[in-house]
Amino acid sequence: MRERILIVDDEPSIVVPLEFLMRREGWDVEVAADGVAALEAVARVAPNLVILDVMLPKMNGFEVCERLRADPRWRGLRILMLTAKGREQEVQKGLDVGADAYVTKPFSTRDLVARIRGLLGGPR
Amino acid sequence: MLQGWVIVAVSLAYLGVLFAIATFGDRRAEAGRSIIANPWTYALSLAVYCTTWTFYGSVGRAASSGIGFLPVYLGPTLMVALWWLVLRKIIRISKAYRITSIADLVASRYGKSQLLGGLVTVIAVVGVIPYISLQLKAISGSFSILLRYPSVVMPGGGTDSPPFHDHAFYIAIALAAFTILFGTRHLDVTERHEGLVAAIAFESLVKLLAFLAVGAFVTYGVYGGVGDIFRRAAESPRLRELASAAGAGGSWGNWILLTLLSMLSVMFLPRQFQISVVENVDEDHLRKAIWLFPLYLLLINLFVLPVALGGLMIFADGQVDADTFVLTLPMARRAEGLALFAYLGGLSAGTGMVIVETIALSTMVCNDLVMPVLLRMRSLRLNERRDVSRLLVSIRRLAIVLILFLGYLYFRMAGEAYALVAIGLISFAAVAQFAPAILGGIYWRRATRAGAFAGLLAGFAAWAYTLALPSIARSGWLSAAFVEEGPFGIALLRPQQLFGLTGLDGTSHALFWSLLANVGLYVGVSLWTNPRPEELRQAALFVDVLERTAAPERTRVGPGRASAADLLPVIGRFLGPGRAREAFLAYARRRGVGTIDELRADADVVQFAETQLAGAIGSASARVIVSSVVKEEPPGLDEVMDILDEATQVRAYSRQLEQKQRELETATAELRAANARLQELDRLKDEFMSTVTHELRTPLTSIRAVSEILLDSPEIAPEERERFLAIIVKETERLTRLINQTLDMAKIESGSAEWHTAELDVQEIVREAVDATSQLFREKGVALSVRTAGPLPPVRGDRDRLMQVLINLLSNAVKFCPPTAGRVEVRAEMAAGAVRVDVEDNGPGIPARDHEAIFERFKRLAVDGQPAGSGLGLAISRRIVEHLGGRLWVDSDVGRGSIFSFALPLETPAPAGDGVPARIAG
Amino acid sequence: MGRADATGQRLAAIFMMGCVLLNHPIASLFSRPVDLGGIPLPYAYVFFAWGLVIALMAWVVERPRD
Repeated sequence: MRERILIVDDEPSIVVPLEFLMRREGWDVEVAADGVAALEAVARVAPNLVILDVMLPKMNGFEVCERLRADPRWRGLRILMLTAKGREQEVQKGLDVGADAYVTKPFSTRDLVARIRGLLGGPR
Repeated sequence: MLQGWVIVAVSLAYLGVLFAIATFGDRRAEAGRSIIANPWTYALSLAVYCTTWTFYGSVGRAASSGIGFLPVYLGPTLMVALWWLVLRKIIRISKAYRITSIADLVASRYGKSQLLGGLVTVIAVVGVIPYISLQLKAISGSFSILLRYPSVVMPGGGTDSPPFHDHAFYIAIALAAFTILFGTRHLDVTERHEGLVAAIAFESLVKLLAFLAVGAFVTYGVYGGVGDIFRRAAESPRLRELASAAGAGGSWGNWILLTLLSMLSVMFLPRQFQISVVENVDEDHLRKAIWLFPLYLLLINLFVLPVALGGLMIFADGQVDADTFVLTLPMARRAEGLALFAYLGGLSAGTGMVIVETIALSTMVCNDLVMPVLLRMRSLRLNERRDVSRLLVSIRRLAIVLILFLGYLYFRMAGEAYALVAIGLISFAAVAQFAPAILGGIYWRRATRAGAFAGLLAGFAAWAYTLALPSIARSGWLSAAFVEEGPFGIALLRPQQLFGLTGLDGTSHALFWSLLANVGLYVGVSLWTNPRPEELRQAALFVDVLERTAAPERTRVGPGRASAADLLPVIGRFLGPGRAREAFLAYARRRGVGTIDELRADADVVQFAETQLAGAIGSASARVIVSSVVKEEPPGLDEVMDILDEATQVRAYSRQLEQKQRELETATAELRAANARLQELDRLKDEFMSTVTHELRTPLTSIRAVSEILLDSPEIAPEERERFLAIIVKETERLTRLINQTLDMAKIESGSAEWHTAELDVQEIVREAVDATSQLFREKGVALSVRTAGPLPPVRGDRDRLMQVLINLLSNAVKFCPPTAGRVEVRAEMAAGAVRVDVEDNGPGIPARDHEAIFERFKRLAVDGQPAGSGLGLAISRRIVEHLGGRLWVDSDVGRGSIFSFALPLETPAPAGDGVPARIAG
Repeated sequence: MGRADATGQRLAAIFMMGCVLLNHPIASLFSRPVDLGGIPLPYAYVFFAWGLVIALMAWVVERPRD
């Protein structure tokens, strides 16, 4: 079964390369542009992993992450937080709300893909 | 043969000599070669203390109480030892503040109180009049006795004759005339009486020599020396007792009180104050006077007891009054010349006293009694008279006549009933009342005006009741029962045994009660009342006079400010214009300027003027006069603080501390506020930085990601590659825009942006902005229409900036309009005195809660599929419009589209200035 | 201590001494009917003490200044 990845970001110019990268790895990709849409998309496609931007319209990434973690249906879901705010307290906050990894923008595409591979291959 | 005319002629000749000496002394003083400017003259003139009371009365007292006459001279001897400490201070005070009488001293010390000055004057006049009458009695008595030469007959009963048959009456007139001649010869009233002092010193010499001559004559001429007299006297049990201390006035209690009384009198008798303080030329003369004056007293008393004993033995029948022994002994021995000399000695003792005393009293009456009243009587317009110095002299002359007339009156009423010494002691006890107020005043800062007043009044009342009333009763003007049984028969209130106190003679008894009441009330009331600032000021000036005058540069505390030109005419009225001008000129030179006009109008010159005036009319009146000229400022807190006692200094210090503390608290609060502001600014900066980095990171992220993909994927399809490259270009543009706008924003906010202000045609700018953005509209297929309502008046502003605002609004409108269906309308028109521009779109609209937020930095509304702006455009636009004096706002609602509008005033109030920093709030 | 101070204090001391010498009870020690060269003792004593006080004062204030 192919891995399903959900990309949540409101910047098209970031979504486009991310989508390309994921597809190149052979994964299925879904895209959501805001927090609310992200929750809907998760419920719809049940992705293996969510690439979650923090600064989102309607509902921010932290909140989305918390909701997902609070829902027992998505216990095996991997969440990778992606943010332009790289300060330590933000990283900490991301991990506190249950993210599996925290990547700051701008990122190295190789590293990002490697992290995602790692997350997907790791124990559920 | 000593005939009447001979005695009169000799008397007049003697007065003539005195007058000549006085004139000579004045001439020398004017020529600058003073004859009294030497310690010997000063010491001799102090012997004005020895009056006819000494000359005749000592022998009289010795004849009744042995060495009991001595305390009156021992007291001054002891007191003189303290002069170096006390009198020097009083002299310093009087010189520094131009004090010319004892009343003035008291008035000045307690805040220049006219009331106190008046009270002291009344006490002095009432108290001293018996003393003056005593001189009249002695002189007229000696004249009458000498007239009967060679027979020795007592003048008794003379007071029944009408005044014009009475010698004393003519003597009083002669003395009045002579005193006027002496004391008020000059129109100026402040100058010391140098000639007078010289004459008084001469008189002291005459009376000493006369007494010594009589003493030597009796002791060595009549008897065989001192030992011989005592031996012979010892033969009589009564005289033997007299010669031993057993007869010393009865008790040691009296001895001590008399010593004390004379100690105070030698300082506070008006004539003593006049000679020792007012007429003092040089403080250093005290040095010689300290031992010469007591030596004089010792010498003049050396033969008192021998003469008394001799007289008692020669006039054993008791027909001759012992008070006249000095005159009657030479007469009994037919020593005609010596008798005349003795008479002259008595005359000099009497005239010296009367002259100085009445001058001193007349000064007090004039300055502290009459002037305050005259100054109060506005109808006299004393302030406006050109020259009041003549009036002053007239008042003094009148006072002299009045005082001598009162003395004569007392002599007629009570004189016969008393021995010389007893009368003198009444006066001593009266002036002793000044001691607490003066001695306390120069050492005790806390002493108040109320305390001094209460003490003086109580002491005077006690004196009047216990001493003056009995004296009047004794002379028959009051029922003797009053004294013997007390008023209304109340024994406890008997004036001479008040509250049942016995064992003291009349004088000691009176002194005890009056000083007790005086000191008690003085101290008590002072402690329970608070001194006013004026009193505190004077207290400090008096108590610290030695330190102050040693350091004259210390800040003087002034009562106000006035120019010398204002003061000069006022002072001139009282001192005489010429003298006033001279004084001011001398003062000006001391201050280091050449003319009066150059003197600065400060507190110092007022102080000087007031001091000058005080010399003429007393400090209290001077204060009134000067304050009528000077814009009186109540002594400022700082000024008073400046000079007050330690307690006040401590108060001032703690006040400073308090102020410092308040300042510190204020500073702390300010610091805290500044710190809070800094923290807020810091937070804002952090937030800004964080936002900016976020805004930077986003395009960088996509650029990097896309670039890496391109780098890693050579197999990528060409159309994909093109799409990626377009992203790079677009994001780079976004970065550039972001950087530019951030810098722009920073410039505007920091005020370093350049503004090129000119007259602008808004319609033209609208047209240009529309042209510049038309490409955007075409690309998206949005319709753009421009509507203007005729020509608009120009506004002032920066063309490029305004263009920036319009382009921003137009591009925002395009951005939010639906493609193809979008419509944007631009309107420019006049509205409410301003040029208003609306940019209306039919986009999704903005919810009301976001209407302000969109003007904040980096607040963006998400528009699906739209290229995000920097988030700074509207923020910058609003700042630009506000800088031009207008405002920028939005009217919109969800689903209704938006209208962004700005209005620019026609008369733009001069914008904060080109390039001048426009303050950012916060 | 300045010279003026010293003078004042010495004079004050003389004042106190004089007060004691010329008053009860010291002076009353001499109140006895004894002659001193024909002069009664109390009389002689008072004048002697008086003269002494004057002499001391003269000495204090007239010493050559140092």
